[in-house]
Amino acid sequence: MGSNPVTWLGSPVFPKAAKAALADTQLRRNLRKATHTIRDKRAKAVAELPDWEQLRRAGEAIKDDVLSNLDTYLERIEAAVTARGGIVHWALDAHEANEIVLRLAREAGTDEVVKVKSMATAEIGLNEALEAGGIRAVETDLAELIVQLGNDRPSHILVPAIHRNRSEIKEIFQREMAEKPASDEPRDLAEAARRHLRRKFLLARVAVSGANFGVADTGSIVVVESEGNGRMCLTLPEVLITVMGIEKLVPTWRDLEVFLQLLPRSSTAERMNPYTSVWTGVTPGDGPQQFHLVLLDNGRTDALADRVGRQALRCIRCSACLNVCPVYERTGGQAYGSVYPGPIGAILSPQLVNDMHDKQAASLPYASSLCGACYEVCPVRINIPEVLVHLRAEAVEAKGRTPESVGMAALGWIFNDARRYENAQKVGSLARHLAPSGRISSLPWPGSKWTSARDVPTPPAESFRTWWRKNRG
Amino acid sequence: MADTRSVVLGRIRRALADRPSVEAIPRDYDLSRPLGDLVELAAERIADYRAEVHQVASADVPAKIASLLAARGATRMVGPVDLPSSWRVDGAEWLIDSPSLSIDQLDGADGVLTGCAVAIAETGTLVLDGGEAQGRRALTLVPDYHLCVVRTDQIVGIVPEALARLEPTRPLTFISGPSATSDIELDRVEGVHGPRTLHVIIAVT
Repeated sequence: MGSNPVTWLGSPVFPKAAKAALADTQLRRNLRKATHTIRDKRAKAVAELPDWEQLRRAGEAIKDDVLSNLDTYLERIEAAVTARGGIVHWALDAHEANEIVLRLAREAGTDEVVKVKSMATAEIGLNEALEAGGIRAVETDLAELIVQLGNDRPSHILVPAIHRNRSEIKEIFQREMAEKPASDEPRDLAEAARRHLRRKFLLARVAVSGANFGVADTGSIVVVESEGNGRMCLTLPEVLITVMGIEKLVPTWRDLEVFLQLLPRSSTAERMNPYTSVWTGVTPGDGPQQFHLVLLDNGRTDALADRVGRQALRCIRCSACLNVCPVYERTGGQAYGSVYPGPIGAILSPQLVNDMHDKQAASLPYASSLCGACYEVCPVRINIPEVLVHLRAEAVEAKGRTPESVGMAALGWIFNDARRYENAQKVGSLARHLAPSGRISSLPWPGSKWTSARDVPTPPAESFRTWWRKNRG
Repeated sequence: MADTRSVVLGRIRRALADRPSVEAIPRDYDLSRPLGDLVELAAERIADYRAEVHQVASADVPAKIASLLAARGATRMVGPVDLPSSWRVDGAEWLIDSPSLSIDQLDGADGVLTGCAVAIAETGTLVLDGGEAQGRRALTLVPDYHLCVVRTDQIVGIVPEALARLEPTRPLTFISGPSATSDIELDRVEGVHGPRTLHVIIAVT
């Protein structure tokens, strides 16, 4: 297996990327506005349901059941899809999945496919692989289109162009579209996208989609969307290729009664998203007459083997955790160097890469202050802080003997003895002479490892223990 | 590749060497809820998405269809093969999907008229399943205007009640308002690729 394209080749480690992102004031303004808007709306949408907590617990339990019996459910959906006229393919990694899609597109005799926004195909770098094979992939989701036309990278799971404001989007459209947008009003920008893609939809012969859910029992696939670009791709072409991560299953149709409530309110903060499509295999006379389902592993079975980390596979890609994260709000998504940014990305990407010697991936579990806001909003109750701490331990272990592990060992030695601890505090308090201003923003090595990303408060003149002995002892 | 299949399944079985036990799914969430007058709630919630909603007595549905089409100047209307004849009102040319209309014919029409399978009051959602008076999915997708007639007995309270009424192996489309996007600054604006105008007639029986 080559390197997993879930993280972008050549991305700097998170602290370095974050530093650069923090200097971009336009980016911070755009993100602050967008995340605050959606945060308040989500809270309102969730408060409307009196049984929200019960739905979260049911969602968690259903997904845990799927993960515990994943082999059984995968065999079940394969049988159901096949029985209804679909063709099921299995892909161990990104390369295999890309090869399958490329071959199917070629067999259909097309040089262009229309795409519904999909995290799975972004994760495997499908567009680049198709391009290399001479097939153009046209993104049809508005935000994906903005990213694609702007030659940019995504920065959010739901809204990949969240880092762009309306005037930046207008500039990209003016540069790239034959018919220019009338203004930077969102309505005019949406109209420009409609005109740009209309003919492509009506003439497309092959579409590629992801899946929000696959129902093991019936073989039904569910795609949740807003604009209608999904419906266009799922309905009009002759051939439909759906790439679905193996963890996207639910056991039964009934289970969707939970997720069709959890997902829209958590992601776009709506009672219901504008369009949800459900199809099962091939329906004669309605929609694509050839349907392929590609079941994608690409690191998921490695994550599944990790007893703490596997809960990340419950994720339904709503992005609520990104929108509430204080780190994400300030650095934006591109600093994470992966199609999965934010808190969920910080635990999912390193597990899919499954190599803690990969410095960039190993830096992601540190992209958090462990404040826990992500856990509170997660519709399937993924304990993100727990997994972050667990992965940090793995990252430290993988590094072997480093200043950090030596430091941790030294701390253990000091904390184990009261006198050693007090003496250490006295030495520490001398450090205040380094920073009369009250903050230390750069320490000499190995302390520089800490201060490259944070300030250290100046130690007080005396420790609490010393003060206590003098005043109360 | 049949081989990849056994590799992936083998990896799953090894990963689950501990086979975590699963407790029964807690289904203590609501399967229905007292929501008051469902027709009023459905009308309010559908309108929340900036769709236009009209409540009329069943007998007055054809007249309402005629007046809405006239007000829009819609004269070329698409309909499924089993569109009730009383809905094919005068003043419009009816393009019936039998034999199948081409995509260009759908694109050239002023709108489409259908019924629906289920409506969800709490979320303001219409569900089409290709059944009675609905036709195949492309009919309600390509034309820029969708007029949908909902009978009061098709309205349920919440999502679980709707799913219980639906057959999952039929092609289903859940529609909540006109086509929209939140992709620019996370603010919802109507009108992208799907029908940009949605009108709903609730036929009160």
